[in-house]
Amino acid sequence: MPFHPERAEIRFGCGLSPRVPPPTSVDDMMARLTGPDLMASALPIPDFDAYRPRMSKVHAIKKVQKAGKTKKERKAALKTYRKLRRATRDDAAGWLGQMMLRRAMTEDGLRERLVSFWADHFTARGNGRIWPQGQLPYIEQAIRPNISGRFSDLLRAAALHPLMVKYLDQSKSIGPHSVTGKKRGKGAGLNENLAREMLELHTLGVDGPYSQDDVQALARLLTGVTFKLKHGFVYSQKQAEPGPHVLLGHSLGGKKPTLAHIHNTLDMLATHPATARHIARKLAMHFVSDQPDPTMVAAMTTRFTDTGGDLAAVIRTMLEHPAAWQDGPGNVKRPVDFVGSALRALDVVPKHVPTGNAKDMQALFIAPLTLMGQPLEAPPGPDGWPEADADWITPQRLAARLQWAMAAPFQLRKTLPRPEKFAQTALGSTLTEPVRFAAAAAETRAEGIGLILASPAFQRV
Amino acid sequence: MSSNILSRRHFLTRSAALGCSLAASPLITPVTFASAPGDGRLVVIVLRGGLDGLDLLPPLGDKGLTALRPDVDLATDLNGFFGLHPAMSPLRPLWAKGHLAFAHAVSTPYRDKRSHFDGQDLLEAGTGMDSIGQTETGWLNRLVAQLPGAQSHTAYAIGRSDMLLTRGAADVANWSPDAALTLSPQAELLLERMMHDDPLFRDATAEAINLSQSSISLGAIADEVDSADMMNAMMAAKVGARPDAIASFAAQRLREDTRIAAFSLSGFDTHANQSRSLPKALDRLAQAVTTLHTDLGPVWDKTTVVAVTEFGRTARINGTGGTDHGTAGAMIMAGGALARAQVVSDWPGLDEADLYQRRDLRPTRDVRAHLAWVLHAIFGVNQSTLDTEIFPGLDIGTDPRLIA
Repeated sequence: MPFHPERAEIRFGCGLSPRVPPPTSVDDMMARLTGPDLMASALPIPDFDAYRPRMSKVHAIKKVQKAGKTKKERKAALKTYRKLRRATRDDAAGWLGQMMLRRAMTEDGLRERLVSFWADHFTARGNGRIWPQGQLPYIEQAIRPNISGRFSDLLRAAALHPLMVKYLDQSKSIGPHSVTGKKRGKGAGLNENLAREMLELHTLGVDGPYSQDDVQALARLLTGVTFKLKHGFVYSQKQAEPGPHVLLGHSLGGKKPTLAHIHNTLDMLATHPATARHIARKLAMHFVSDQPDPTMVAAMTTRFTDTGGDLAAVIRTMLEHPAAWQDGPGNVKRPVDFVGSALRALDVVPKHVPTGNAKDMQALFIAPLTLMGQPLEAPPGPDGWPEADADWITPQRLAARLQWAMAAPFQLRKTLPRPEKFAQTALGSTLTEPVRFAAAAAETRAEGIGLILASPAFQRV
Repeated sequence: MSSNILSRRHFLTRSAALGCSLAASPLITPVTFASAPGDGRLVVIVLRGGLDGLDLLPPLGDKGLTALRPDVDLATDLNGFFGLHPAMSPLRPLWAKGHLAFAHAVSTPYRDKRSHFDGQDLLEAGTGMDSIGQTETGWLNRLVAQLPGAQSHTAYAIGRSDMLLTRGAADVANWSPDAALTLSPQAELLLERMMHDDPLFRDATAEAINLSQSSISLGAIADEVDSADMMNAMMAAKVGARPDAIASFAAQRLREDTRIAAFSLSGFDTHANQSRSLPKALDRLAQAVTTLHTDLGPVWDKTTVVAVTEFGRTARINGTGGTDHGTAGAMIMAGGALARAQVVSDWPGLDEADLYQRRDLRPTRDVRAHLAWVLHAIFGVNQSTLDTEIFPGLDIGTDPRLIA
């Protein structure tokens, strides 16, 4: 089966749009993906470096709140803290709006989808204070610029990022024979959390060829990775366990540990054959089918290995494989993909999205996404969102999709297109007879639009 | 009769009204359920935040109490030794009928770290301290896996939160009454027709519509609901359904094929002004139980409700009129299946030396042992399954004879 423009937009992009024509070829898709990131400049979201000063500020205020000299001072600090936290939540609601608008307006839907895929692959969740709102800034900084480069660069950027380091307790991990470890004695020690997830989730995969000894070796190798709110990522040699350590049969690290040892370790993991298989399969499952064609996965694996983990090349291999274009029904869209593609079909532009009104953003996006099973700032664990269709289409989660589909379009646009016409816009040649029938027979425009968006034809890729 | 068959027949008649031919539809074959396992019903309520057992059920007969709890005079006598918190008075008639019981000074194996997160994990996983945070399935799910003839509707997790308690390989249905769909009849017909060829969507839609129609919590349906109302409803739904709505939905399911229902109530983390915060939380619990009692009708007599919490609280009132995270607490049981009204307890005493680490009520029995005996009585689960599969490592001890 050959390239198909509409399928390209639906399966590998953000859905059909009445404004933006679909790509014309795989070359066209790849040119857009590897070209400039137009949406990042048009609809900005701050990156983590821009976000960190807020965190430093909160840190300082919290100190006063806890240890201020007078009660009045402490109370005032608490008030300032709450104000800052509220403002940050409001701002983050706006960033979510930008993220959605990028999907609605982009000519490079594959990029948005890949950002979402890799943000999920490298799930990092912020807990406490204003950490949760740091998630989109993390994605903007660690994920977005690295989705079509080398996997090793992406791994380095994401796995060593302060949000990940904090989430998986890496900054607490101290080499027992390091300077700090010796000084603190029994109170300090290794924490295997990041090491384990890096092998299991980020690189080799849960079926990968590693043992508990490898987890421990990697935990030792990763010591020294930490962060400071003022500087972001920090390498602390004082916390690092002297080597060498044997990981997957390789002797890594040295007597005098350095950051370069960690980079070498990550590069080795990033180009490991098991990693190639794991990443290829996961990409194919996410974009094409929960049971992907084995020849496609094999081709992608080989390409990954041959290019040393060139992600653009792996994506191109997937897109050039006939199985990528097989007839539907494909995977079910995740809630964020569903909502994003609905906005796109509805031709939503910035003036329609109340990015500056946190309450409306809650009602239109944040609460509904939560009810659909995808509370964006609170993924269930480091393994990210479920991949299986059945996890998303439960009675109660589907009910939330339906409710949103019936109600939100009118709230966003205030005027709605004719359902018959909208069915054509949203589904193109994938429009099925029952959907056409429903669009024509609905009592109201809102229900007609809602039914089209709720249809399996629109919910699947 | 299975509600599922109903909804599918319903669907067929109405599809005919739309004029489409469904003669060859797979839906014509009704899905019949095998008879559900046994007749007993179990409702598990997880009380999140750490319920203060000493305030719920103050040992008025223990001289040590007044020093620790100056406010207990609010409680009234229950059985000559223990009193009952006034917010629980709506349950007194159940006590009089022998349909209410408690176990006191019980706890999970969780000790010392006193974290909600870990404590709830352990309570729901049903394991010992050694596998904390490592168990990805809940004891209620493992129970369902043991029940012969269990179907997808045998057990229900109700509410929005994804509970570890019901997570695992066995099929456990999940629904929240506030997820109800508000569709016009015409939209509903069109929707069913549209979903017809995609089994995943078809089944989920049928189930959602079926559950929405049977959901008592829904006032206005359809026509007059506009999109702003719907958005507001979604906002409200994120907060969660009311306990009576949840209990009412549970009762409805339990009157049919469902045998097990589970949901959580929160608000028990009473660090400050407990005299104001705890009554609100207990009121929700009492509401849930009285709603179950009313709505279960004759099925109440086959029902056991158990309410458990991750830990008790400190024996002493703290500086802000509240209590902090502790160890042992109380478990609440209700239902017509209970043997009698009783407080099961091997009372450890409240003198400082009696307290666990000189601060918390001392645990005298593993709460899992009581749960295990309840499961044994209701579902006939044998002891070795209980202490290896469902509650690994449990010392089940003697039968407290909670169930008639």
